[in-house]
Amino acid sequence: MSDHKIGVYVCHCGSNINGVVNCAKVTEEIGKIGEVVVAKDYKYMCSDPGQEMIKNDIKEKGLDRVVIAACSPRMHEPTFRRALEGAGLNGYLLEMANIREHVSWVTKDKEEATKKALSLVKGAVKRVKLHEPIEEREVPVTNTTLVLGGGISGIQAALQVAEAGHKVYLIEQKQYIGGNMAKFDKTFPTLDCAACILTPKMVDVGQSPNIELYTSSEVIKVDGYVGNFTVTVREKPRYINHDKCTGCGDCASACIMKNRIPHEFDEGLSKRSAAYIPFPQAVPLKAVIDDGNCLFLTRKKCTLACVKACGAKAINFNQHETIHEFKVGSIILATGFDLFDAKRAPQYGYGRYANVINGLQFERMTNASGPTSGHITLADGTEPKSVAVIHCVGSRDENYNKYCSRVCCMSSVKFAHLVKDHCDAEVYEFYIDMRTFGKGYEEFYNRVQEEGVHFVRGKGAEVAQIDGRLVVIAEDTLLGQYREIPVDMVILNTALEPRVDAEKVAQTLGISRSGDGFFMESHIKLDPVTTTTDGIYLAGCCQSPKDIPDSVAQGSAAAAQSLAIIATGKVKISPISASIDSEQCAGCRICIGLCTYRAIKLNEETLRAEINEAVCKGCGTCAAGCPSGAIRVSHFNDDQLLAQIEGVLA
Amino acid sequence: MSDNFEPKILGILCNWCSYAGADLAGTSRLKYPANIRIVKVMCSGRVEPTLILKAFQEGADGVLISGCHPGDCHYVDGNIKTLRRTPLVARLLTQIGIEPERFKQVWVSASEGEKFGKIVEQMVEDIKKVGPYQKKMGDQLDVVMHEVAASAKEAAAAEEKGGSNCGS
Ligand code: FES
Repeated sequence: MSDHKIGVYVCHCGSNINGVVNCAKVTEEIGKIGEVVVAKDYKYMCSDPGQEMIKNDIKEKGLDRVVIAACSPRMHEPTFRRALEGAGLNGYLLEMANIREHVSWVTKDKEEATKKALSLVKGAVKRVKLHEPIEEREVPVTNTTLVLGGGISGIQAALQVAEAGHKVYLIEQKQYIGGNMAKFDKTFPTLDCAACILTPKMVDVGQSPNIELYTSSEVIKVDGYVGNFTVTVREKPRYINHDKCTGCGDCASACIMKNRIPHEFDEGLSKRSAAYIPFPQAVPLKAVIDDGNCLFLTRKKCTLACVKACGAKAINFNQHETIHEFKVGSIILATGFDLFDAKRAPQYGYGRYANVINGLQFERMTNASGPTSGHITLADGTEPKSVAVIHCVGSRDENYNKYCSRVCCMSSVKFAHLVKDHCDAEVYEFYIDMRTFGKGYEEFYNRVQEEGVHFVRGKGAEVAQIDGRLVVIAEDTLLGQYREIPVDMVILNTALEPRVDAEKVAQTLGISRSGDGFFMESHIKLDPVTTTTDGIYLAGCCQSPKDIPDSVAQGSAAAAQSLAIIATGKVKISPISASIDSEQCAGCRICIGLCTYRAIKLNEETLRAEINEAVCKGCGTCAAGCPSGAIRVSHFNDDQLLAQIEGVLA
Repeated sequence: MSDNFEPKILGILCNWCSYAGADLAGTSRLKYPANIRIVKVMCSGRVEPTLILKAFQEGADGVLISGCHPGDCHYVDGNIKTLRRTPLVARLLTQIGIEPERFKQVWVSASEGEKFGKIVEQMVEDIKKVGPYQKKMGDQLDVVMHEVAASAKEAAAAEEKGGSNCGS
């Protein structure tokens, strides 16, 4: 009476599963079910011998259905599908029971775990009987790529895709590319100047025939799927005609708001006009008009000195925002990070004491083209005699962010070196412990130690002002002493945080974020570049804090993913989709309203609903809402789910 | 007697957030009661009343539905449809004598492994208080099942119609 020949394979996963679940018992019990003709347990099912065993059984014993009880299907379902296919069986005739993540790793009691594992396997056996072969859908790929974010990792990704001969749309929210790195002075551990290594890349972006750069732009909508995304981008008006502007800066000198607006690029350490060039090496090197501060744009009252000064006649106050639509095969997200706002940790006096600054402000200060022309100065213009650097402000702290921001130890050591290099001051570093993990990093730390920097092991607890002088209060855990060290300047090395708009971006793109708020990768170790949405890749600090080498590496890795899709020319997309039985359909149109993708239309002749399978994504929401039960979702149809429910509860 | 009662809970989780969240509980080696049996759907919007009723029919003492947080659904707004259906399903369940403790609909993201474990723990505790589910309607449950499922769908559909402009 048995119609099927089912093989059930229970994986020990070393001791990961077998240490808690009695795999032999599960195998024995499941073997008693009529249609189960093979039941085996094995150390590592995903290993070559494990897969070979399954393949041989399929061929020799004529198995037509396979159940694998192992880790999460999110991990190895594709692996085992391939194994089935290798033996000539359709990959969808497989069902996995997740007895690792959902059983052995979360259950203390071994008996309970074994019982639970057995029910999950029973559910899988019941379900798999109703599985049908499904052919994966292959669709052609658009050979263009969209890179969101023009910092170092986005630039790297864009350049690599472009160099391979493919079109890239590079979208940047700011008016220029370069991201945070463009603000840095020297970079650790080699102390190359950031501009020297970044500017050539920025120029390449500007000149590459394959890169279309959109600054002052943001993604507002993403439709489609891997290989075939449609991305809608909003470009804000810049009020400057790019074709005419020569980047001379005459408008900035003429603007009557000159030297009155804190300059973001200098982290507020300098003042700019309302019409301005973001920085001398900016790409694109075009003026910008700040609509929040321009008197003409805000109050319609201005002498329009900029317009008069502009020889190129590039200023155009009638510009409006432009909406662009791009068809791309993949998307690389490289949106970077925000710096922790030190005002949120009031104990450090940031914003209260003029000589307490953050790391990025210090970078601007030491930068030769920065607001102080590279001189380290106090608010009164004099040179400091002693400087404190406090690590981990907003990182490794239960009150703000639990994670380590990774780059701050090294940048703090770099700050110490730069202080020593620029002036005679004594430097005190307050650190929890020193994390100098990269190539050449420990060596750099050793070098700076020899420069006579005082390293105080203990987190700076507070910055106070006593008798007009800053005092850093900390517990020196090496000496076991409470210390108060008077200094002239304090540099707070603040955490790297997810960008303020990370949530919005994640929602627009349909990707997840991890607990710390950064974008979530498919697998933290084995797949740190892809997201759970096919065709959307991550690069740089939007995934987690990282230094420049790692950001560049991930940018290249993301580019490789995009290029791989283009090289194949087609992608497999999930074959799970819904279909309507026109016999049963009553033409009530409820499903039409339920479908977000507008995949369902009413056939005006038959008055029955029809699903466009190419547009359908297989969520199954329509099926759940159909009063006539006329909609079937492949691989998730009612019968399959009901059978599984019956099985797991048995 | 009821001290030894271990409720059986069916969990229906969406693939993208909640199933991943439950996986994370595993990879983080968090322990929670073994009372739950998880079934995966692609989106919480796939969950129809029939599945829930089936669970009770098959002897579940409780049913947990979990999807991505509103705004995070992999299919844009499948979970919003879930959100609209939930009160209707809950009302129907109470009408056929199933206590509110036995049905829960939650949002668990891919990073909320800990939250998932806590939810299961809480639900087990709550259900232990109301005791095992006895099919109050006996065999009738089977009979009313389809009827109830259909009316739940219709009610949801009516709501849906109100909220969207149908047709082209
Ligand atoms: S995919 Fe999770 S609720 Fe829709």
